[in-house]
Amino acid sequence: MKFKLKTIALAALAPLALASAQAATITISCGSVGQDFEFCKKTTAEWAAKTGNEVKLFTIPNSTTDILALFRQMFAAKSTDLDVINVDVVWPGVIKDHLIDLKPYSKGAEKSHFPAIVANNTVDGKLLAMPWFTDAGLLFYRKDLVEKYGAKAPTTWEELAATAKKIQDGERAAGNKDFQGFVFQAKAYEGLTCDAVEWIHSYKGGNIVNDKGEITINNPGAVKALKTAASWIGTIAPQGVLNYAEEEARGVFQNGNAAFMRNWPYAWSLGNGKDSKIAGKIGVSALPKGGADGQNAATLGGWQLAVSKYSKNPEAAASLVMYMTSPEVQKERAIKGSYNPTIASLYQDKDVLAANPFFGSLYNVFTSAVPRPATATGLKYPEVSAAFWNATSDVLSGKASAEDSLKKLEGKLKQIKRNAW
Amino acid sequence: MKTPLFGRIALYLAATVVVLLSVYPFLYAVTTSFKSGGALFEPTLWPSSWSLDNYISLFTLAEQPFGRHIFNSIMVSVLVVVISLFIGVTAAYALGRIQFKGRGLLLTTVLSVSMFPQVAVLAGMFELIRFLGIYNKALGLVLPYMIFTLPFTVWVLTTFMKQLPKELEEAAIMDGCSPWRIIKDVFMPLLWPALVSTGLLAFIAAWNEFLFALTFVLDNNERTVPVSISLISGASKYDIPWGNIMAASVLVTLPLIALVLIFQKKIVSGLTAGAVKG
Amino acid sequence: MNNKTRTAWLFLAPMLIVLLLVALWPLGRTIWFSFTDANINNLDAAKFIGFENYFGEYGLFANPNYTDGFWSSDWGTAIVNTLKFSVVSVTIETLMGLGVAMLLNQEFKGRAWVRAAVLVPWAIPTIVSAKMWGWMLHDQFGVINQWLVDWGLLAEKLAWTADPDFALWTVVAVDVWKTTPFMALLILAALQTLPKDCYEAAKVDGVHPLRVFWKVTLPLIKPALMVAVIFRLLDALRVFDLIYVLTSNNNSTISMSGFVRREMVDNGYMGYGSAASTALFLIIGLCTVAYIKLGRMKMAED
Repeated sequence: MKFKLKTIALAALAPLALASAQAATITISCGSVGQDFEFCKKTTAEWAAKTGNEVKLFTIPNSTTDILALFRQMFAAKSTDLDVINVDVVWPGVIKDHLIDLKPYSKGAEKSHFPAIVANNTVDGKLLAMPWFTDAGLLFYRKDLVEKYGAKAPTTWEELAATAKKIQDGERAAGNKDFQGFVFQAKAYEGLTCDAVEWIHSYKGGNIVNDKGEITINNPGAVKALKTAASWIGTIAPQGVLNYAEEEARGVFQNGNAAFMRNWPYAWSLGNGKDSKIAGKIGVSALPKGGADGQNAATLGGWQLAVSKYSKNPEAAASLVMYMTSPEVQKERAIKGSYNPTIASLYQDKDVLAANPFFGSLYNVFTSAVPRPATATGLKYPEVSAAFWNATSDVLSGKASAEDSLKKLEGKLKQIKRNAW
Repeated sequence: MKTPLFGRIALYLAATVVVLLSVYPFLYAVTTSFKSGGALFEPTLWPSSWSLDNYISLFTLAEQPFGRHIFNSIMVSVLVVVISLFIGVTAAYALGRIQFKGRGLLLTTVLSVSMFPQVAVLAGMFELIRFLGIYNKALGLVLPYMIFTLPFTVWVLTTFMKQLPKELEEAAIMDGCSPWRIIKDVFMPLLWPALVSTGLLAFIAAWNEFLFALTFVLDNNERTVPVSISLISGASKYDIPWGNIMAASVLVTLPLIALVLIFQKKIVSGLTAGAVKG
Repeated sequence: MNNKTRTAWLFLAPMLIVLLLVALWPLGRTIWFSFTDANINNLDAAKFIGFENYFGEYGLFANPNYTDGFWSSDWGTAIVNTLKFSVVSVTIETLMGLGVAMLLNQEFKGRAWVRAAVLVPWAIPTIVSAKMWGWMLHDQFGVINQWLVDWGLLAEKLAWTADPDFALWTVVAVDVWKTTPFMALLILAALQTLPKDCYEAAKVDGVHPLRVFWKVTLPLIKPALMVAVIFRLLDALRVFDLIYVLTSNNNSTISMSGFVRREMVDNGYMGYGSAASTALFLIIGLCTVAYIKLGRMKMAED
């Protein structure tokens, strides 16, 4: 099976390699530092060796908001400095005018990827980005502590709050004064949008803007969701969670100071790594429902790779994109870094499942993940998200009640929408 | 003049408090930069074990060429200083030694430029940089930086120029020197202290600048130090490596502190010339 | 035009050209953008829309969609944050600067060292200060929280830069730490130019030191003080770096400059953002004029 994939990959690349008599230098942004960067370096070096081209790596800021701002500025300057860029799942609608159509270069490769993601990346019939890895919000918990206090993995937020409080009180009484029940992302940035969308969806509060573009956020389900989340702060979550992004939460959890954590799958391999104080003690499950008649909800994350319209070497750039999103490369990333593949067949691969057992047991979570309203709001998505996370932040910090904040948000969204998205 | 003992104790106490408050945070940053791994998260001043890890990784991380960033900052700052001083001296000669109509108004206008909020020119500057083709290049920052170095350089140098004795100038004119020679041979030697202080202030301003550097230069190799420090990231996409950040901060600040301490008197006279006498 | 004037303009030419290029042209362009609907997605397709960015249906001011009134809108909040920050910050810096300057004006052993130490916060780049204090104020690992809890002053660790109740005041505190040296130096320079005979005379007469300060020192350094304050005030109104790096930039701490950058760069509304930055420019101008007028009035009274 592996041999066949390699042959196909080589066969697909051979004509391109022959065609480019002159070696091109492709600049790619595919990760900031550490694990991301190492993978990037290795994979691009492999492609460079195969095709005789050169690859330069471009480092980007950490926060997704800053990365998007950077790309938009470079596009506004029609800069030729970047050929291949990594694209967050919510961006295709925002930067659609600056990416090339990859259909001529993909030769149908996108058919083996999750149709939902491919559809997300296709705007006006053009395939603007190839799916690279997917992400969904998950609940991580300390198996050992849950067992120790005679509980089981919670299925509703109410259960989680109760269990978290029990464990937190117990651990603090036992001497660990800094122990927290639940850590998540509540800093005012895109990550908060991800978390809040999950809460609201789990209480059947729908999405911020529905598929038809109608503003549906001001509803009882959403109110209940935000109220519940606000009640965690100061009881089972520290006040400082208001400044936590993914890494802060992981820091607390991995140091053994939290019972529950909401985070992306990447935390699995790091949590079981050699620096971790809790290796082998982590349980993973779907995020809880909102009450008995709620539903499980995970925000769809994930990244894609695309080629800038202003690139001087679109064919070479596209070839790099195809290589990096190929099944072979995705499998390796899945095994070594817990990056969720976007190719369905890899979820039955036994090597992948051996490294990440929850890929199989939580398969449904990944395929039914909730997308943020990027498609509906198009170019205005960044602003919509910012308005949403600010409104949520106000509720979490106690500055406004859930009802007032959502009402204000509705008004603000109307203003952002103006006449049409 | 004898002062009561109580007064002197209070004085020294106050002095100690002031020194502690001023210096402790930086001291803390320095010692943090020598802690590594788990020790980073111990909030004690003195590290339990000293390690150079943070400094080493700062320069060996291929994806963050900090050494290159320092070089970029030095290059940009030095160029900014040289150009500002040159333009400043020529303009100050005109504004300080020659009486002409509209002189006062021009000086005030120049000073008012330093009141522009940087964001007010951001959009226009972005377009200009793009048009000139210097977007995303460190050297391209030299031009925008003029907006805040030129006004006070001109202002301070004018103040100093005004105070130079007229007799020297008159003697030189009698000898038939051109204005340019007057500046070069007569005034420059006298202006030397003023040039040092304004040069230093301009250097510090250019070195510290953040907003323009953040918006106009993002290529990893072209970045300057402030943006580099704010973008230092760690082991994963979301990591915040405090050890590295402190190491970078210390490296970047020590030369500045050294410069400031060595040239204390000159800097103060530069600052006050503009404010007190102006 | 006589020869001298021609020389003057010749020598002024480099400065004028550069300032035109980097100051006047971009400012003019930004003001122009404020009257269009320019978007970062496609700068060339900007259309003229008059005052809509300012007073239109979705504009900065007079917006009918502001349900809770202007001051609780994003722009209004930014203005309030910036004013709060500026006024409090500059006041504290002036008072503390005065204190430090008086201290440094005394003769005592080690004075040079104290003066050098005081310069350290000012020499540190703003970004470094922000990162340093961000680290010390960290809610889990920060040393400040550790001390306050250990000394019993706090029940539990606080999130100084995240909690909207403290965040702005935390930023003020860091700014005060960073800029008091500047004020202190300026005031010290003024103090040192004061004629010593006034003090000698007052001492001989047996006047209480506080009265000396109030009646003699303060009025004499007033001009320098006023200049220092206006410089700092203008700087404070433009604050960006500190807030951007130290806080999470939500509405409770965003400054006017932060708002402009968010609208222009993060949201891509070059036109709307330019309108906000022009408004900021005018507000600063207004504050300057008001301050000067106020200053003149007070001096006239004296």
